[in-house]
Amino acid sequence: MKIVVCVSHVPDTATRIKIGSDVKTIDPNGVTYIINPYDEYAVEEALKLKERSGSGEVVAVSVGTDNSKETIRKALAMGVDSAVLLKDENHRDSLGIAKALAEEIKAQGAKLVFMGKQSVDYDNSIVGQLTAELLDYNCVPVVVKLEIEGEKVIAEREIEGGREVVETSLPVVITCQKGLNEPRYASLKGIMAAKKKTIEEKPAASFTPTSEVLKMYLPPGKQPGRIIGSDASAVPELVRLLKEEAKVI
Amino acid sequence: MANKILAILEQREGTIKRSSFEVVNAAANLAQKLGTSAEAVVVGDTISNINDIPKYGIQKITHLKSKDLFNYSSSGYSEAISNFAKESGFNFFMLSNTALGKDLAPHLSVKLDTACLVDCTKFEVKDNDIVYTRPLYAGKALVDVKLLSDKKVITLRPNVFKAEENENAPTAEIDVKEISSVNLKSKVTEYKKSEGKLDVAEADIIVSGGRGIKGPENFHLIEELAEALGAAVGASRAVVDAGWRPHSEQVGQTGKTVSPSLYVACGISGAIQHLAGMSSSKYIVAINKDKDAPIFNVADYGITGDLFEILPALTNEIKKVK
Ligand SMILES: Cc1cc2nc3c(=O)[nH]c(=O)nc-3n(C[C@H](O)[C@H](O)[C@H](O)COP(=O)(O)OP(=O)(O)OC[C@H]3O[C@@H](n4cnc5c(N)ncnc54)[C@H](O)[C@@H]3O)c2cc1C
Ligand SMILES: Nc1ncnc2c1ncn2[C@@H]1O[C@H](COP(=O)(O)O)[C@@H](O)[C@H]1O
Repeated sequence: MKIVVCVSHVPDTATRIKIGSDVKTIDPNGVTYIINPYDEYAVEEALKLKERSGSGEVVAVSVGTDNSKETIRKALAMGVDSAVLLKDENHRDSLGIAKALAEEIKAQGAKLVFMGKQSVDYDNSIVGQLTAELLDYNCVPVVVKLEIEGEKVIAEREIEGGREVVETSLPVVITCQKGLNEPRYASLKGIMAAKKKTIEEKPAASFTPTSEVLKMYLPPGKQPGRIIGSDASAVPELVRLLKEEAKVI
Repeated sequence: MANKILAILEQREGTIKRSSFEVVNAAANLAQKLGTSAEAVVVGDTISNINDIPKYGIQKITHLKSKDLFNYSSSGYSEAISNFAKESGFNFFMLSNTALGKDLAPHLSVKLDTACLVDCTKFEVKDNDIVYTRPLYAGKALVDVKLLSDKKVITLRPNVFKAEENENAPTAEIDVKEISSVNLKSKVTEYKKSEGKLDVAEADIIVSGGRGIKGPENFHLIEELAEALGAAVGASRAVVDAGWRPHSEQVGQTGKTVSPSLYVACGISGAIQHLAGMSSSKYIVAINKDKDAPIFNVADYGITGDLFEILPALTNEIKKVK
Protein backbone atom coordinates (compact mmCIF):
# COMPACT_ATOMS: atom_id res chain seq x y z
CA MET A 1 0.00 0.00 0.00
CA LYS A 2 1.14 3.50 -0.76
CA ILE A 3 1.12 5.97 2.12
CA VAL A 4 1.53 9.74 1.81
CA VAL A 5 2.86 11.84 4.73
CA CYS A 6 2.54 15.60 4.52
CA VAL A 7 5.32 17.57 6.15
CA SER A 8 5.67 21.28 6.70
CA HIS A 9 8.72 23.40 7.33
CA VAL A 10 8.20 25.66 10.35
CA PRO A 11 10.15 27.94 12.72
CA ASP A 12 11.59 26.20 15.76
CA THR A 13 9.27 26.62 18.75
CA ALA A 14 12.00 28.46 20.69
CA THR A 15 11.97 31.25 18.08
CA ARG A 16 11.42 34.79 19.27
CA ILE A 17 9.15 36.20 16.62
CA LYS A 18 10.06 39.44 14.87
CA ILE A 19 7.70 40.95 12.35
CA GLY A 20 9.02 41.23 8.78
CA SER A 21 9.33 44.49 6.88
CA ASP A 22 6.18 43.68 4.87
CA VAL A 23 4.26 43.66 8.20
CA LYS A 24 2.48 40.54 6.96
CA THR A 25 4.92 37.75 7.68
CA ILE A 26 7.67 37.13 10.22
CA ASP A 27 11.26 38.20 9.70
CA PRO A 28 13.02 34.96 8.78
CA ASN A 29 16.48 36.28 9.68
CA GLY A 30 18.07 34.27 12.43
CA VAL A 31 15.12 31.86 12.59
CA THR A 32 15.91 28.13 12.64
CA TYR A 33 13.43 26.08 10.67
CA ILE A 34 12.54 22.51 11.55
CA ILE A 35 10.16 19.77 10.49
CA ASN A 36 6.83 20.51 12.16
CA PRO A 37 7.02 18.52 15.44
CA TYR A 38 3.64 16.80 14.87
CA ASP A 39 4.70 15.73 11.39
CA GLU A 40 7.37 13.54 12.99
CA TYR A 41 4.56 11.47 14.52
CA ALA A 42 3.00 11.28 11.06
CA VAL A 43 6.24 10.05 9.49
CA GLU A 44 6.76 7.50 12.27
CA GLU A 45 3.23 6.11 11.97
CA ALA A 46 3.57 5.72 8.20
CA LEU A 47 6.92 3.95 8.54
CA LYS A 48 5.59 1.67 11.29
CA LEU A 49 2.64 0.60 9.18
CA LYS A 50 4.82 -0.07 6.17
CA GLU A 51 7.25 -2.12 8.25
CA ARG A 52 4.45 -4.11 9.82
CA SER A 53 2.89 -4.96 6.47
CA GLY A 54 6.30 -5.81 5.02
CA SER A 55 5.61 -3.98 1.78
CA GLY A 56 4.44 -0.67 0.41
CA GLU A 57 5.88 2.75 -0.11
CA VAL A 58 5.92 5.93 1.94
CA VAL A 59 5.99 9.23 0.04
CA ALA A 60 6.58 12.58 1.76
CA VAL A 61 4.86 15.61 0.26
CA SER A 62 5.46 19.23 1.16
CA VAL A 63 4.15 22.51 -0.19
CA GLY A 64 6.74 25.24 0.02
CA THR A 65 9.93 26.73 -1.34
CA ASP A 66 13.40 25.21 -1.83
CA ASN A 67 13.93 25.79 1.88
CA SER A 68 11.42 23.03 2.63
CA LYS A 69 13.89 20.51 1.20
CA GLU A 70 15.62 20.48 4.56
CA THR A 71 12.47 19.19 6.20
CA ILE A 72 11.88 16.72 3.38
CA ARG A 73 15.44 15.40 3.86
CA LYS A 74 14.68 14.90 7.51
CA ALA A 75 11.67 12.72 6.57
CA LEU A 76 13.80 10.83 4.04
CA ALA A 77 16.49 10.30 6.66
CA MET A 78 13.92 8.80 9.01
CA GLY A 79 13.18 6.22 6.30
CA VAL A 80 10.61 7.67 3.89
CA ASP A 81 11.11 6.18 0.39
CA SER A 82 10.58 9.18 -1.86
CA ALA A 83 9.47 12.79 -1.78
CA VAL A 84 7.65 15.45 -3.74
CA LEU A 85 8.04 19.19 -3.26
CA LEU A 86 5.07 21.17 -4.52
CA LYS A 87 6.61 24.54 -5.15
CA ASP A 88 5.12 27.90 -4.46
CA GLU A 89 7.17 30.98 -3.64
CA ASN A 90 4.21 32.70 -2.06
CA HIS A 91 2.56 32.05 1.24
CA ARG A 92 -0.65 30.07 0.81
CA ASP A 93 -3.68 29.91 3.06
CA SER A 94 -4.77 26.50 4.39
CA LEU A 95 -7.19 25.86 1.55
CA GLY A 96 -4.44 26.59 -0.97
CA ILE A 97 -2.17 24.09 0.74
CA ALA A 98 -4.96 21.51 0.94
CA LYS A 99 -5.74 21.86 -2.77
CA ALA A 100 -2.12 21.26 -3.72
CA LEU A 101 -1.86 18.28 -1.36
CA ALA A 102 -5.16 16.77 -2.52
CA GLU A 103 -4.12 16.88 -6.15
CA GLU A 104 -0.82 15.15 -5.42
CA ILE A 105 -2.41 12.52 -3.17
CA LYS A 106 -4.85 11.71 -5.96
CA ALA A 107 -2.02 11.47 -8.48
CA GLN A 108 -0.15 9.16 -6.13
CA GLY A 109 -3.26 7.03 -5.64
CA ALA A 110 -2.65 6.86 -1.89
CA LYS A 111 -5.57 5.69 0.23
CA LEU A 112 -3.85 6.40 3.52
CA VAL A 113 -2.50 9.83 4.41
CA PHE A 114 -0.78 11.01 7.58
CA MET A 115 -0.39 14.61 8.66
CA GLY A 116 0.40 16.42 11.90
CA LYS A 117 -2.48 17.65 14.03
CA GLN A 118 -1.30 21.22 13.63
CA SER A 119 1.57 23.13 12.14
CA VAL A 120 3.23 25.23 14.80
CA ASP A 121 3.47 28.33 12.62
CA TYR A 122 -0.07 29.33 11.74
CA ASP A 123 -1.64 26.87 14.21
CA ASN A 124 -4.61 26.21 11.95
CA SER A 125 -5.25 22.51 12.52
CA ILE A 126 -7.41 22.28 9.41
CA VAL A 127 -5.26 21.20 6.46
CA GLY A 128 -6.00 17.51 7.16
CA GLN A 129 -9.76 17.89 7.21
CA LEU A 130 -9.76 20.23 4.19
CA THR A 131 -7.64 17.83 2.17
CA ALA A 132 -9.84 14.86 3.12
CA GLU A 133 -13.01 16.70 2.23
CA LEU A 134 -11.58 17.79 -1.14
CA LEU A 135 -10.72 14.15 -1.90
CA ASP A 136 -13.91 12.77 -0.37
CA TYR A 137 -11.76 10.76 2.05
CA ASN A 138 -12.62 10.17 5.68
CA CYS A 139 -10.63 12.06 8.29
CA VAL A 140 -9.82 11.59 11.95
CA PRO A 141 -7.89 14.48 13.48
CA VAL A 142 -5.73 14.62 16.64
CA VAL A 143 -5.22 10.86 16.83
CA VAL A 144 -3.38 9.28 19.76
CA LYS A 145 -4.13 5.61 19.00
CA LEU A 146 -4.71 3.90 15.68
CA GLU A 147 -5.66 0.45 14.40
CA ILE A 148 -6.09 -0.38 10.75
CA GLU A 149 -7.40 -3.82 9.72
CA GLY A 150 -7.99 -4.20 6.01
CA GLU A 151 -10.31 -1.33 5.13
CA LYS A 152 -11.46 -0.72 8.68
CA VAL A 153 -10.01 2.11 10.76
CA ILE A 154 -10.44 2.56 14.51
CA ALA A 155 -8.82 5.69 15.90
CA GLU A 156 -8.83 7.38 19.27
CA ARG A 157 -8.66 11.12 19.18
CA GLU A 158 -8.08 13.62 21.95
CA ILE A 159 -10.96 15.94 22.84
CA GLU A 160 -11.78 18.06 25.90
CA GLY A 161 -11.84 15.88 28.98
CA GLY A 162 -11.02 12.58 27.31
CA ARG A 163 -10.85 10.61 24.11
CA GLU A 164 -13.32 9.77 21.39
CA VAL A 165 -13.17 6.42 19.66
CA VAL A 166 -13.91 6.94 15.97
CA GLU A 167 -14.77 4.18 13.53
CA THR A 168 -14.30 4.77 9.85
CA SER A 169 -12.70 3.22 6.79
CA LEU A 170 -10.12 3.76 4.07
CA PRO A 171 -9.43 6.01 2.26
CA VAL A 172 -8.57 8.19 5.24
CA VAL A 173 -6.49 11.16 6.39
CA ILE A 174 -5.18 10.80 9.94
CA THR A 175 -3.72 13.82 11.75
CA CYS A 176 -1.28 12.83 14.47
CA GLN A 177 -0.98 14.01 18.06
CA LYS A 178 1.83 13.50 20.53
CA GLY A 179 1.34 10.13 22.25
CA LEU A 180 0.56 8.19 19.07
CA ASN A 181 4.12 6.86 18.87
CA GLU A 182 7.75 7.73 19.58
CA PRO A 183 9.33 9.16 16.43
CA ARG A 184 12.61 7.44 15.60
CA TYR A 185 15.89 9.28 15.26
CA ALA A 186 17.41 9.30 11.83
CA SER A 187 20.34 6.88 11.74
CA LEU A 188 23.65 7.86 10.17
CA LYS A 189 22.89 5.36 7.40
CA GLY A 190 19.48 6.97 6.93
CA ILE A 191 21.01 10.44 6.70
CA MET A 192 23.53 9.26 4.09
CA ALA A 193 20.84 7.48 2.08
CA ALA A 194 18.60 10.57 2.22
CA LYS A 195 21.30 12.64 0.56
CA LYS A 196 21.21 10.35 -2.46
CA LYS A 197 17.46 10.30 -2.88
CA THR A 198 16.03 12.79 -5.36
CA ILE A 199 13.21 15.08 -4.43
CA GLU A 200 10.71 15.40 -7.23
CA GLU A 201 9.74 19.04 -7.77
CA LYS A 202 6.67 20.43 -9.44
CA PRO A 203 4.57 23.55 -9.22
CA ALA A 204 1.80 23.42 -6.62
CA ALA A 205 -1.73 23.34 -8.07
CA SER A 206 -3.08 26.82 -8.60
CA PHE A 207 -5.76 28.22 -6.35
CA THR A 208 -7.63 31.40 -5.58
CA PRO A 209 -6.84 32.84 -2.14
CA THR A 210 -9.83 33.13 0.18
CA SER A 211 -8.13 35.26 2.80
CA GLU A 212 -5.77 38.18 2.95
CA VAL A 213 -3.44 39.13 5.76
CA LEU A 214 -3.77 42.86 6.40
CA LYS A 215 -1.09 43.07 9.04
CA MET A 216 0.91 41.01 11.50
CA TYR A 217 1.97 42.39 14.86
CA LEU A 218 3.18 41.40 18.29
CA PRO A 219 0.63 41.05 21.09
CA PRO A 220 0.52 44.02 23.46
CA GLY A 221 3.20 43.51 26.10
CA LYS A 222 2.03 42.88 29.62
CA GLN A 223 2.75 45.38 32.36
CA PRO A 224 5.38 43.88 34.62
CA GLY A 225 3.55 42.34 37.54
CA ARG A 226 3.76 42.93 41.21
CA ILE A 227 5.86 40.83 43.54
CA ILE A 228 3.77 40.56 46.66
CA GLY A 229 6.26 38.88 48.92
CA SER A 230 8.76 36.12 49.34
CA ASP A 231 7.06 33.69 51.69
CA ALA A 232 3.71 32.44 52.98
CA SER A 233 3.05 35.72 54.79
CA ALA A 234 2.22 37.20 51.36
CA VAL A 235 -0.65 34.77 50.86
CA PRO A 236 -3.49 36.80 52.49
CA GLU A 237 -2.56 39.85 50.39
CA LEU A 238 -2.47 37.73 47.22
CA VAL A 239 -5.92 36.34 47.93
CA ARG A 240 -7.25 39.80 48.67
CA LEU A 241 -5.92 41.11 45.33
CA LEU A 242 -7.41 38.17 43.45
CA LYS A 243 -10.74 38.78 45.10
CA GLU A 244 -10.96 42.56 45.15
CA GLU A 245 -8.73 43.82 42.35
CA ALA A 246 -8.75 41.06 39.77
CA LYS A 247 -12.17 39.77 40.85
CA VAL A 248 -11.37 36.29 39.59
CA ILE A 249 -12.22 34.31 42.72
CA MET B 1 -24.07 39.90 -0.55
CA ALA B 2 -26.03 40.28 2.65
CA ASN B 3 -24.86 38.08 5.45
CA LYS B 4 -27.22 35.52 6.86
CA ILE B 5 -25.55 34.26 10.00
CA LEU B 6 -25.83 30.77 11.43
CA ALA B 7 -24.41 29.96 14.87
CA ILE B 8 -23.58 26.25 14.96
CA LEU B 9 -23.87 24.95 18.50
CA GLU B 10 -22.20 21.99 20.13
CA GLN B 11 -23.87 19.55 22.47
CA ARG B 12 -22.27 16.71 24.37
CA GLU B 13 -24.54 14.04 25.79
CA GLY B 14 -27.56 16.22 25.14
CA THR B 15 -26.33 19.44 26.77
CA ILE B 16 -25.24 22.52 24.83
CA LYS B 17 -21.80 23.66 25.96
CA ARG B 18 -21.00 27.03 27.47
CA SER B 19 -18.60 27.88 24.65
CA SER B 20 -21.55 27.61 22.25
CA PHE B 21 -23.43 30.30 24.14
CA GLU B 22 -20.42 32.54 23.58
CA VAL B 23 -20.93 31.88 19.87
CA VAL B 24 -24.66 32.69 20.11
CA ASN B 25 -23.81 35.98 21.80
CA ALA B 26 -21.10 36.87 19.29
CA ALA B 27 -23.33 35.97 16.32
CA ALA B 28 -26.20 38.05 17.69
CA ASN B 29 -23.89 41.03 18.25
CA LEU B 30 -22.41 40.75 14.77
CA ALA B 31 -25.86 40.48 13.20
CA GLN B 32 -26.90 43.64 14.97
CA LYS B 33 -23.83 45.53 13.75
CA LEU B 34 -24.38 44.35 10.19
CA GLY B 35 -28.11 44.99 10.33
CA THR B 36 -28.92 41.39 9.54
CA SER B 37 -30.28 38.38 11.37
CA ALA B 38 -28.74 35.40 13.11
CA GLU B 39 -30.16 31.95 13.73
CA ALA B 40 -28.80 28.93 15.52
CA VAL B 41 -28.60 25.26 14.68
CA VAL B 42 -27.84 22.34 16.94
CA VAL B 43 -27.36 18.74 15.87
CA GLY B 44 -28.15 15.85 18.18
CA ASP B 45 -30.82 13.71 19.76
CA THR B 46 -32.74 15.10 22.73
CA ILE B 47 -31.25 18.37 24.01
CA SER B 48 -31.90 19.47 27.55
CA ASN B 49 -31.02 23.19 27.51
CA ILE B 50 -32.17 24.29 24.05
CA ASN B 51 -34.52 26.81 25.68
CA ASP B 52 -31.57 28.67 27.16
CA ILE B 53 -30.37 29.87 23.75
CA PRO B 54 -32.55 33.02 23.48
CA LYS B 55 -31.02 34.36 26.70
CA TYR B 56 -27.83 34.81 24.72
CA GLY B 57 -29.46 36.66 21.85
CA ILE B 58 -30.82 34.24 19.25
CA GLN B 59 -34.44 33.26 19.18
CA LYS B 60 -34.76 31.18 16.03
CA ILE B 61 -33.30 27.73 16.42
CA THR B 62 -33.25 24.67 14.23
CA HIS B 63 -32.68 21.31 15.82
CA LEU B 64 -31.41 18.70 13.35
CA LYS B 65 -32.49 15.60 15.14
CA SER B 66 -31.74 11.90 14.98
CA LYS B 67 -30.77 9.14 17.40
CA ASP B 68 -27.79 8.53 15.12
CA LEU B 69 -26.59 12.07 15.77
CA PHE B 70 -26.36 11.67 19.56
CA ASN B 71 -22.61 11.23 19.21
CA TYR B 72 -20.46 13.33 16.91
CA SER B 73 -19.86 12.14 13.37
CA SER B 74 -17.83 14.39 11.07
CA SER B 75 -19.63 12.99 8.01
CA GLY B 76 -23.11 13.00 9.58
CA TYR B 77 -22.91 16.43 11.20
CA SER B 78 -21.27 18.18 8.25
CA GLU B 79 -23.75 16.71 5.78
CA ALA B 80 -26.82 17.54 7.89
CA ILE B 81 -25.65 21.12 8.55
CA SER B 82 -24.53 21.86 5.01
CA ASN B 83 -27.82 20.54 3.54
CA PHE B 84 -29.76 22.71 5.95
CA ALA B 85 -27.53 25.73 5.24
CA LYS B 86 -28.00 25.39 1.50
CA GLU B 87 -31.80 25.06 1.78
CA SER B 88 -32.02 28.09 4.03
CA GLY B 89 -29.44 30.29 2.29
CA PHE B 90 -27.04 30.89 5.16
CA ASN B 91 -23.65 32.20 4.14
CA PHE B 92 -21.87 33.07 7.40
CA PHE B 93 -21.16 30.33 9.89
CA MET B 94 -19.80 30.62 13.41
CA LEU B 95 -18.60 27.83 15.70
CA SER B 96 -16.52 27.53 18.82
CA ASN B 97 -12.91 26.45 18.32
CA THR B 98 -13.32 23.29 20.39
CA ALA B 99 -12.21 19.80 19.34
CA LEU B 100 -15.57 19.41 17.59
CA GLY B 101 -15.65 22.90 16.11
CA LYS B 102 -12.10 22.62 14.79
CA ASP B 103 -13.02 19.39 13.05
CA LEU B 104 -16.40 20.44 11.71
CA ALA B 105 -15.42 23.92 10.41
CA PRO B 106 -13.07 22.78 7.60
CA HIS B 107 -15.50 20.04 6.48
CA LEU B 108 -18.28 22.62 6.21
CA SER B 109 -15.95 25.05 4.51
CA VAL B 110 -15.32 22.68 1.60
CA LYS B 111 -18.92 21.43 1.42
CA LEU B 112 -20.26 24.98 1.33
CA ASP B 113 -17.37 26.47 -0.65
CA THR B 114 -16.47 29.12 1.91
CA ALA B 115 -13.40 30.84 3.27
CA CYS B 116 -12.36 29.38 6.62
CA LEU B 117 -10.80 31.22 9.54
CA VAL B 118 -10.11 29.47 12.82
CA ASP B 119 -9.34 30.51 16.38
CA CYS B 120 -10.55 34.08 16.02
CA THR B 121 -10.13 36.22 19.15
CA LYS B 122 -11.66 39.46 17.87
CA PHE B 123 -13.62 40.80 14.92
CA GLU B 124 -14.54 44.29 13.97
CA VAL B 125 -16.90 45.67 11.39
CA LYS B 126 -15.11 48.29 9.30
CA ASP B 127 -16.67 49.89 6.20
CA ASN B 128 -19.18 47.07 5.94
CA ASP B 129 -16.37 44.55 5.88
CA ILE B 130 -15.14 42.46 8.76
CA VAL B 131 -11.57 42.36 10.01
CA TYR B 132 -10.71 39.27 12.02
CA THR B 133 -7.88 38.98 14.52
CA ARG B 134 -6.26 35.70 15.45
CA PRO B 135 -3.08 34.55 17.16
CA LEU B 136 -0.27 32.74 15.30
CA TYR B 137 2.95 31.10 16.45
CA ALA B 138 1.20 30.00 19.63
CA GLY B 139 0.25 33.54 20.50
CA LYS B 140 3.67 35.08 19.87
CA ALA B 141 2.14 37.12 17.04
CA LEU B 142 -1.30 38.29 15.93
CA VAL B 143 -2.71 38.88 12.46
CA ASP B 144 -5.57 40.93 11.14
CA VAL B 145 -7.21 39.11 8.26
CA LYS B 146 -9.88 39.86 5.69
CA LEU B 147 -11.84 37.04 4.09
CA LEU B 148 -12.21 37.33 0.36
CA SER B 149 -15.15 35.01 -0.18
CA ASP B 150 -18.84 35.91 0.23
CA LYS B 151 -19.26 32.76 2.25
CA LYS B 152 -17.39 32.28 5.49
CA VAL B 153 -16.88 29.79 8.27
CA ILE B 154 -15.19 31.12 11.38
CA THR B 155 -14.38 29.55 14.73
CA LEU B 156 -14.06 31.58 17.92
CA ARG B 157 -11.51 30.81 20.59
CA PRO B 158 -13.38 29.62 23.69
CA ASN B 159 -13.34 31.81 26.80
CA VAL B 160 -12.52 35.00 24.89
CA PHE B 161 -15.98 36.17 23.83
CA LYS B 162 -18.48 36.77 26.61
CA ALA B 163 -21.69 34.80 26.99
CA GLU B 164 -23.84 37.56 28.44
CA GLU B 165 -27.26 36.53 29.65
CA ASN B 166 -30.37 38.56 29.20
CA GLU B 167 -33.03 37.38 31.62
CA ASN B 168 -35.95 39.00 29.76
CA ALA B 169 -35.31 37.07 26.59
CA PRO B 170 -38.14 36.05 24.27
CA THR B 171 -39.11 32.40 24.18
CA ALA B 172 -37.30 30.11 21.80
CA GLU B 173 -38.78 29.37 18.38
CA ILE B 174 -37.59 25.85 17.80
CA ASP B 175 -37.93 24.06 14.50
CA VAL B 176 -37.18 20.36 14.87
CA LYS B 177 -36.11 18.68 11.63
CA GLU B 178 -35.85 14.92 11.81
CA ILE B 179 -32.89 13.65 9.79
CA SER B 180 -33.95 10.34 8.30
CA SER B 181 -30.72 9.03 6.86
CA VAL B 182 -27.49 9.95 8.57
CA ASN B 183 -24.15 9.59 6.79
CA LEU B 184 -22.14 7.53 9.28
CA LYS B 185 -19.04 6.88 7.16
CA SER B 186 -17.15 8.19 10.13
CA LYS B 187 -18.66 7.97 13.59
CA VAL B 188 -17.83 8.21 17.27
CA THR B 189 -18.58 4.92 18.98
CA GLU B 190 -17.38 5.70 22.47
CA TYR B 191 -16.28 8.54 24.72
CA LYS B 192 -13.57 7.69 27.24
CA LYS B 193 -13.55 10.28 29.98
CA SER B 194 -10.12 10.84 31.46
CA GLU B 195 -9.60 10.45 35.20
CA GLY B 196 -9.01 14.13 35.89
CA LYS B 197 -12.23 16.07 36.27
CA LEU B 198 -11.89 19.34 34.44
CA ASP B 199 -9.93 19.85 31.20
CA VAL B 200 -7.50 22.78 31.02
CA ALA B 201 -8.92 23.74 27.63
CA GLU B 202 -12.32 24.38 29.18
CA ALA B 203 -11.44 25.65 32.63
CA ASP B 204 -11.94 29.17 33.88
CA ILE B 205 -9.16 28.75 36.46
CA ILE B 206 -6.04 26.61 36.03
CA VAL B 207 -3.42 25.67 38.59
CA SER B 208 -0.29 24.33 36.88
CA GLY B 209 2.73 22.62 38.31
CA GLY B 210 6.25 22.46 36.90
CA ARG B 211 9.51 20.79 37.70
CA GLY B 212 9.73 22.85 40.92
CA ILE B 213 7.21 20.44 42.42
CA LYS B 214 10.05 17.88 42.56
CA GLY B 215 8.08 14.68 42.00
CA PRO B 216 4.66 13.22 41.21
CA GLU B 217 4.16 12.47 44.91
CA ASN B 218 3.97 16.21 45.59
CA PHE B 219 1.37 17.01 42.97
CA HIS B 220 -1.36 16.71 45.58
CA LEU B 221 -0.36 20.26 46.58
CA ILE B 222 -1.42 21.44 43.12
CA GLU B 223 -4.55 19.27 43.15
CA GLU B 224 -5.65 20.57 46.53
CA LEU B 225 -5.29 24.19 45.50
CA ALA B 226 -7.11 23.42 42.24
CA GLU B 227 -9.93 21.81 44.15
CA ALA B 228 -10.25 24.76 46.53
CA LEU B 229 -10.47 27.10 43.51
CA GLY B 230 -12.67 24.85 41.39
CA ALA B 231 -9.82 24.81 38.89
CA ALA B 232 -8.33 22.37 36.40
CA VAL B 233 -4.84 20.96 36.91
CA GLY B 234 -2.24 21.85 34.28
CA ALA B 235 1.41 20.96 33.83
CA SER B 236 4.58 22.08 32.10
CA ARG B 237 6.16 19.86 29.48
CA ALA B 238 9.02 19.04 31.84
CA VAL B 239 6.67 17.21 34.19
CA VAL B 240 4.75 15.57 31.34
CA ASP B 241 7.96 14.31 29.75
CA ALA B 242 9.07 13.01 33.14
CA GLY B 243 5.86 10.97 33.19
CA TRP B 244 4.50 12.68 36.31
CA ARG B 245 1.37 13.93 34.55
CA PRO B 246 -0.54 12.97 31.37
CA HIS B 247 -0.01 14.91 28.14
CA SER B 248 -3.66 16.01 28.19
CA GLU B 249 -2.68 18.40 31.01
CA GLN B 250 0.27 19.98 29.19
CA VAL B 251 -0.01 23.70 28.62
CA GLY B 252 2.11 25.35 25.96
CA GLN B 253 3.07 25.41 22.35
CA THR B 254 3.02 21.64 21.99
CA GLY B 255 0.30 21.19 24.58
CA LYS B 256 -2.87 23.18 24.97
CA THR B 257 -3.34 26.88 24.45
CA VAL B 258 -5.45 28.25 27.26
CA SER B 259 -6.94 31.61 28.18
CA PRO B 260 -8.61 31.23 31.57
CA SER B 261 -9.50 34.12 33.87
CA LEU B 262 -6.84 32.97 36.30
CA TYR B 263 -3.68 30.93 35.71
CA VAL B 264 -1.56 29.96 38.72
CA ALA B 265 1.93 28.77 37.72
CA CYS B 266 3.75 26.92 40.51
CA GLY B 267 7.39 25.92 40.11
CA ILE B 268 7.30 26.74 36.41
CA SER B 269 10.20 28.75 34.99
CA GLY B 270 8.25 30.25 32.09
CA ALA B 271 10.06 28.89 29.02
CA ILE B 272 8.97 30.55 25.79
CA GLN B 273 7.02 27.44 24.75
CA HIS B 274 5.11 27.44 28.02
CA LEU B 275 4.37 31.18 27.87
CA ALA B 276 3.06 30.73 24.35
CA GLY B 277 0.27 28.54 25.67
CA MET B 278 -0.89 30.63 28.60
CA SER B 279 0.17 34.27 28.35
CA SER B 280 -3.25 35.31 27.05
CA SER B 281 -4.77 34.35 30.42
CA LYS B 282 -6.57 37.30 31.99
CA TYR B 283 -4.68 37.09 35.30
CA ILE B 284 -1.49 35.19 35.98
CA VAL B 285 -0.07 34.32 39.38
CA ALA B 286 3.46 32.94 39.64
CA ILE B 287 4.98 31.13 42.59
CA ASN B 288 8.66 30.48 42.06
CA LYS B 289 11.68 30.67 44.32
CA ASP B 290 13.84 32.18 41.59
CA LYS B 291 13.03 35.88 41.38
CA ASP B 292 14.61 36.02 37.91
CA ALA B 293 12.40 33.29 36.43
CA PRO B 294 10.86 34.56 33.16
CA ILE B 295 7.38 33.61 34.38
CA PHE B 296 7.46 36.80 36.46
CA ASN B 297 7.61 38.84 33.23
CA VAL B 298 4.05 37.83 32.40
CA ALA B 299 2.67 37.43 35.92
CA ASP B 300 0.28 39.99 37.36
CA TYR B 301 1.03 38.85 40.90
CA GLY B 302 4.04 36.93 42.08
CA ILE B 303 5.42 35.37 45.21
CA THR B 304 9.14 34.67 45.09
CA GLY B 305 9.38 31.82 47.53
CA ASP B 306 9.21 28.12 48.27
CA LEU B 307 6.09 26.56 46.85
CA PHE B 308 6.13 23.81 49.50
CA GLU B 309 5.45 26.48 52.08
CA ILE B 310 3.24 28.79 50.00
CA LEU B 311 0.86 26.31 48.35
CA PRO B 312 -0.63 24.84 51.57
CA ALA B 313 -1.05 28.35 52.99
CA LEU B 314 -2.73 29.51 49.79
CA THR B 315 -5.09 26.52 49.71
CA ASN B 316 -6.11 27.25 53.31
CA GLU B 317 -6.65 30.93 52.67
CA ILE B 318 -8.78 30.23 49.58
CA LYS B 319 -10.92 27.80 51.55
CA LYS B 320 -11.48 30.55 54.13
CA VAL B 321 -12.70 33.16 51.67
CA LYS B 322 -14.72 30.90 49.35
C1 LIG C 1 9.79 21.71 20.55
C2 LIG C 1 9.54 22.07 21.99
C3 LIG C 1 8.24 22.23 22.42
C4 LIG C 1 7.97 22.51 23.77
N1 LIG C 1 6.68 22.67 24.16
C5 LIG C 1 6.41 22.95 25.46
C6 LIG C 1 5.06 23.10 25.92
O1 LIG C 1 4.09 22.93 25.17
N2 LIG C 1 4.86 23.37 27.22
C7 LIG C 1 5.88 23.54 28.12
O2 LIG C 1 5.61 23.79 29.30
N3 LIG C 1 7.16 23.41 27.71
C8 LIG C 1 7.45 23.11 26.41
N4 LIG C 1 8.74 22.93 26.04
C9 LIG C 1 9.78 22.83 27.09
C10 LIG C 1 10.28 24.15 27.62
O3 LIG C 1 11.32 24.60 26.80
C11 LIG C 1 10.78 23.96 29.08
O4 LIG C 1 11.78 22.99 29.09
C12 LIG C 1 9.71 23.57 30.09
O5 LIG C 1 8.57 24.38 29.97
C13 LIG C 1 10.27 23.68 31.48
O6 LIG C 1 9.33 23.22 32.43
P1 LIG C 1 9.36 23.76 33.93
O7 LIG C 1 9.14 25.20 33.95
O8 LIG C 1 8.41 22.90 34.69
O9 LIG C 1 10.81 23.34 34.42
P2 LIG C 1 12.10 24.23 34.74
O10 LIG C 1 12.45 25.12 33.61
O11 LIG C 1 13.11 23.29 35.23
O12 LIG C 1 11.62 25.17 35.90
C14 LIG C 1 11.37 24.76 37.21
C15 LIG C 1 11.14 26.03 38.04
O13 LIG C 1 10.76 25.67 39.36
C16 LIG C 1 11.35 26.57 40.26
N5 LIG C 1 11.43 25.91 41.56
C17 LIG C 1 12.20 24.86 41.90
N6 LIG C 1 11.99 24.51 43.18
C18 LIG C 1 11.05 25.36 43.65
C19 LIG C 1 10.41 25.52 44.91
N7 LIG C 1 10.68 24.71 45.94
N8 LIG C 1 9.51 26.51 45.06
C20 LIG C 1 9.23 27.33 44.02
N9 LIG C 1 9.80 27.23 42.81
C21 LIG C 1 10.69 26.25 42.63
C22 LIG C 1 12.69 26.90 39.65
O14 LIG C 1 13.16 28.15 40.12
C23 LIG C 1 12.39 26.90 38.17
O15 LIG C 1 12.09 28.20 37.71
C24 LIG C 1 9.03 22.67 24.69
C25 LIG C 1 10.35 22.53 24.25
C26 LIG C 1 10.61 22.25 22.92
C27 LIG C 1 12.04 22.14 22.47
N1 LIG D 1 2.95 23.52 3.47
C1 LIG D 1 2.60 22.28 3.82
N2 LIG D 1 3.08 21.21 3.14
C2 LIG D 1 2.73 19.94 3.47
N3 LIG D 1 1.93 19.64 4.50
C3 LIG D 1 1.42 20.66 5.21
C4 LIG D 1 1.71 22.02 4.92
N4 LIG D 1 1.06 22.80 5.82
C5 LIG D 1 0.39 21.96 6.63
N5 LIG D 1 0.60 20.67 6.28
C6 LIG D 1 0.09 19.46 6.94
O1 LIG D 1 -1.11 19.75 7.62
C7 LIG D 1 -0.95 19.55 9.02
C8 LIG D 1 -1.80 20.51 9.78
O2 LIG D 1 -1.41 21.82 9.47
P1 LIG D 1 -2.27 23.15 9.79
O3 LIG D 1 -3.68 22.87 9.40
O4 LIG D 1 -1.62 24.20 8.98
O5 LIG D 1 -2.12 23.39 11.27
C9 LIG D 1 0.55 19.65 9.24
O6 LIG D 1 0.95 18.98 10.42
C10 LIG D 1 1.10 19.00 7.97
O7 LIG D 1 1.05 17.58 8.07
